[in-house]
Amino acid sequence: MIIAIGSGKGGTGKTTIAVNLAKSLEEKITLLDCDVEEPNAQIFIQGKKIKEEEVSVPIPWVQEELCSECAKCSHICQFNAIVSFNTIPLIFPELCHSCGGCIKICPTQALQEKEYPLGVITTYQKEHITLLEGKLNIGHPMAPPLIKRLKKNISSSILTLIDAPPGTSCPFITTVKKADFVLLVTEPTPFGLNDLQLAVETIRELQIPYGVIINKDLAESNLITNYCEQESIPVLLRIPNNQEIAKIYSQGKILIEEIPLFKQKFVDLINEIKKLTGGK
Amino acid sequence: MSKPKIKEIVVLSGKGGTGKTSLVASLASLLKGKLVLADCDVDAANLHLLLKPKIKESHPFIAGKLAQIIPDKCSKCGLCLEDCRFEAIYKQKTNNHFFYQVDPIECEGCGVCAYFCPEQAIAFKEQECGLWMRSTTKYGPMIHAKLHIGAENSGKLVSLVRKEAYELAEKKNLEYVLVDGPPGLGCPVIASLTGSSFALIITEPTLSGQHDFERILKLTKHFKTPSALIINKWDLNPQIAASIEEMAHLNDCSIIGTIPYDESFTKAQLKTQPVIEVNKALKDKMEIIWENINKVIKKYN
Repeated sequence: MIIAIGSGKGGTGKTTIAVNLAKSLEEKITLLDCDVEEPNAQIFIQGKKIKEEEVSVPIPWVQEELCSECAKCSHICQFNAIVSFNTIPLIFPELCHSCGGCIKICPTQALQEKEYPLGVITTYQKEHITLLEGKLNIGHPMAPPLIKRLKKNISSSILTLIDAPPGTSCPFITTVKKADFVLLVTEPTPFGLNDLQLAVETIRELQIPYGVIINKDLAESNLITNYCEQESIPVLLRIPNNQEIAKIYSQGKILIEEIPLFKQKFVDLINEIKKLTGGK
Repeated sequence: MSKPKIKEIVVLSGKGGTGKTSLVASLASLLKGKLVLADCDVDAANLHLLLKPKIKESHPFIAGKLAQIIPDKCSKCGLCLEDCRFEAIYKQKTNNHFFYQVDPIECEGCGVCAYFCPEQAIAFKEQECGLWMRSTTKYGPMIHAKLHIGAENSGKLVSLVRKEAYELAEKKNLEYVLVDGPPGLGCPVIASLTGSSFALIITEPTLSGQHDFERILKLTKHFKTPSALIINKWDLNPQIAASIEEMAHLNDCSIIGTIPYDESFTKAQLKTQPVIEVNKALKDKMEIIWENINKVIKKYN
């Protein structure tokens, strides 16, 4: 089973939920940190590094002596990644989507592909948890190819938890696609509600079952509770807003280890998700 | 006399939820009448919730193309499925026949399938990826946008919002463009950052905040954009706050100031108001922060 933890709004507690879920269970777990722009799960897991793999994407390079300066490559490229004014083309690797169009269209086979580094996937082991962290190279704009590569490590026989990136656009969609369940972590503020609604619209489009976790819960605000009631979305867990929990988080400590009464809540959460997805 | 140069301040954080939008709304309240606001978190925009803009104009954002197979022309040769590197084309089987289809969410808009289709059976049309709006708020004009569900090209939409905001500031002779940026480091962040006057980074003293600050700082250096730091909720962990400041200091990132952990941030948000309008002590604090920001701006101009 694959459970993705997303949020819409950043900083609502995705990593906290992912890490505490992983820690509260006893079975073997694969934890994927797909927030490749700013991965944080390892800060809490503190696993032993067992593997590091550089991930690259193919980008074109030109063999100038073969180039006929026809500029067809430049015309087919939708991303302005290869530019020619009937000259030898200039290539901008950061803009390239690796579609292979320029390679295919080049009439003189002057273009070939070479690997361009995109980021790193590091595997860490801690007790029953195998954490795979993707880290995008600084200055590289495109997270989805790295996320796709990370997701190749999913094994259908092992429970997989995915820490998703914030937002609802391409990196988020690439992450949650093909998940069996999405947990949306939010907070009971107008920002939390607004971004939860966006995330819900996206998840509905993808037709994945989902539920909500209210983090930093406030007695004085029913914003999320009311919305979830109206939309018949299950609220699966509430974590109160308090400074003690914020301090535990700030030090990179694990909630269920510092306040053990939370452990059962996470065990119950998994059982509830198994029920909602028909016990896959 | 030549017009003063417009200062474009981009608020970033790396980590989400550190207070970018609360900071932008408070600065807007202080700079009433002197600025244009730009919400570049086009993926999950929130600034409108605090500033309550009145929308004056709304425009479609057309960017990128999507492939669509025209069933009547398709000879079912399957070349498109072979050529597509994004697994966006799939074979749909019904009882005793099949056809090819494009998954619009997976389609990257590269056009390879359409170009090489021997039957010209694939339409490749521009898409409306979102909306962008010109609005007014009680603090000044605002440009904001909304990316459609699952749409691509957030970076281009960010660039458009910034360009419109900048041109509006020129036209109305306003001194500042204040940009509420997206979290992370990827394409919309890069589009928010490149070419701006400086990046104002707001972070929190947590190990995650520190880690993410280090990466966003490297990004600003990569693009040679001057940066400055504000630590929100600094008293949550003074030790980590100190080491974040140390890191800023070593990397030529100006230290603007700190903001204490304060429940008024949440309370103000529940009232959908900038926090400095509900808390006098924070208003005084923010005035000092603005003075310090101005000093940094002068340094880089």
